[in-house]
Amino acid sequence: MMKRILTFLTTVMMAVSLVTTLAQSAPLRIEVTKGVIEPMPFAAPMFVAENTAAQKYAADLTKVLSNDLIGTGVFREIPSAAHISNITNFNAPVQFSDWKAINAQALITGAVSVSGNKLIVKFRLFDVFAQTPLGDGLQFVATTSSWRRMSHKVADAVYSRLTGETGYFDSRVVYIAEEGPKDKRKKRLALMDYDGANVRYLTNANDIVLSPRFSPNAREVIYTSYETGAPRVFLMNVDTLKRRILGDQPSMAFAPRFSPDGSKVVMSLSQGGNSDIYVVDVDGSNKRRLTNSPAIDTAPSFSPDGSQIVFESDRSGGQQVYIMSASGGAAKRISNGSGRYGTPVWSPRGDLIAFTKLNKGRFHIGIMRTDGSREKLLTASFLDEGPTWSANGRVLMFFRETAGVNGAPSIYSVDVTGRVLRKVNTPTFGSDPAWSGLLE
Amino acid sequence: MTNILVKFGMLAVLAVGLTACGGKFNGGGNGGNIGGIQSGSVNDPTSLAYFQQTIGDRVLFAVDQSTLSPEATGILDGQANWLLQNTQYVVTIEGHADEQGTREYNLALGARRASASRNYLVDRGVADNRIKTLTYGKERPLAICSSEECWSQNRRAVTVVGAGLGS
Repeated sequence: MMKRILTFLTTVMMAVSLVTTLAQSAPLRIEVTKGVIEPMPFAAPMFVAENTAAQKYAADLTKVLSNDLIGTGVFREIPSAAHISNITNFNAPVQFSDWKAINAQALITGAVSVSGNKLIVKFRLFDVFAQTPLGDGLQFVATTSSWRRMSHKVADAVYSRLTGETGYFDSRVVYIAEEGPKDKRKKRLALMDYDGANVRYLTNANDIVLSPRFSPNAREVIYTSYETGAPRVFLMNVDTLKRRILGDQPSMAFAPRFSPDGSKVVMSLSQGGNSDIYVVDVDGSNKRRLTNSPAIDTAPSFSPDGSQIVFESDRSGGQQVYIMSASGGAAKRISNGSGRYGTPVWSPRGDLIAFTKLNKGRFHIGIMRTDGSREKLLTASFLDEGPTWSANGRVLMFFRETAGVNGAPSIYSVDVTGRVLRKVNTPTFGSDPAWSGLLE
Repeated sequence: MTNILVKFGMLAVLAVGLTACGGKFNGGGNGGNIGGIQSGSVNDPTSLAYFQQTIGDRVLFAVDQSTLSPEATGILDGQANWLLQNTQYVVTIEGHADEQGTREYNLALGARRASASRNYLVDRGVADNRIKTLTYGKERPLAICSSEECWSQNRRAVTVVGAGLGS
């Protein structure tokens, strides 16, 4: 907060002396959960290309990293046109006064070199006003084809040092790519980087596919497909595209989700018009029934320690959110506001439940504590649905469908303060996003 | 009001029936030629056309409900009688929901609606091994505007007649 005020100080001498003092007492830091009004200004001059082959990557790498930071809404980039000095040598001393003069609080410098098919990316982060590095310089090495992941890794490191939170940029999203008119929608399972890049389709458009979810290591996807004619839960390896029906499914199956350790899957099975929640080992064996009510019990999601399951049920009349032990048994209702609550998802931090809320003809994405208190609605529209958490539990993706005969879904993200709402650009309509953890 | 809604549904059958297509799904329950069965003349009471248009192949539901209205049970009585007289056919009942609900809930709701129709037909004497149920949730809307006029047509359970037990 003090730093935010300080950025507005016009007397340079005052600013320098005060900030220096502050920086000694506290590192450069911005809180992502407080609702940032004034984003932290940073400069990310183009990374130095240390050999000719690296030139084609330097600008793009820097741009992707900047976009990651800007997309959080808590950082603001000072454009290169405003820069006074350039970084042409990664190891030369930084001219802090040049960056201070344009009010960059954080400075990111980097260098790229290519050796064979390897890309080497180095970076450093500086607190400009304190004139000190923030953490050690880091170096990443990967194949040139995964250059975007290197950008995301740099951005994750910067984000982590400036917020005190783990990052979420080096991650993927599995979603449903949709095309065609509303009554003849074609759906395909698709994979993309979290920012919409590198889209890859995993199924053709012949069969309805729904609600994919990642395994903990993001190498497998579990989803609902109609390829046998009825909705069934399939498990697919995203590298080999090999897939199998998960276990014995005599009835309609949907709403699958992995346990945090990847050993089990929860899902809804519908028999005789009644939907209950079941858990099955990931090899398809050992099916156990967790709910046993004539109500609709669906959309189960494990707590991060695997001990509990949050789900939705209309056992009290309308859709509400309940928590039960991961072995089933009695369930406690936690949603208490007006309207209906569905698709609960437990935060990877364990502290919050995200949900879809339907109230007075509007849809919302919201969050609440695991006891149902402190409900906060983050979005509102004709149809917002299906939240999924970022790796650090600070951002949600969901999809928003527009109304009318040309209505169609798009994927959005929103932070837990509700201030930073962004559309994720995908080549086609997109729905049902599921966000991976940080990649290995 | 409900009568008007039923008529909307039947008009939709007529309109869509003209473009009925093959393919793996009959998600709209649009009928036409299914499993090689010809629709036949609407005047022939053993024909699919008669089943779809004169008896009515679908029932409609109130928001969030799977209870059968008097209009719905009237249609299902006709379906049951037809199935008892035309024993060469089996049916799949497809349950659907309108777009005003979450995906998973609507899948479960569609299953409930399909099951409500199925249970009624079984109660009227149709052998339960002739009836399969399926849910499409909100995946296959018939009418695509975002108002009650369309939503009321989409909250449906459609009885799709298929080839017989032995075929």
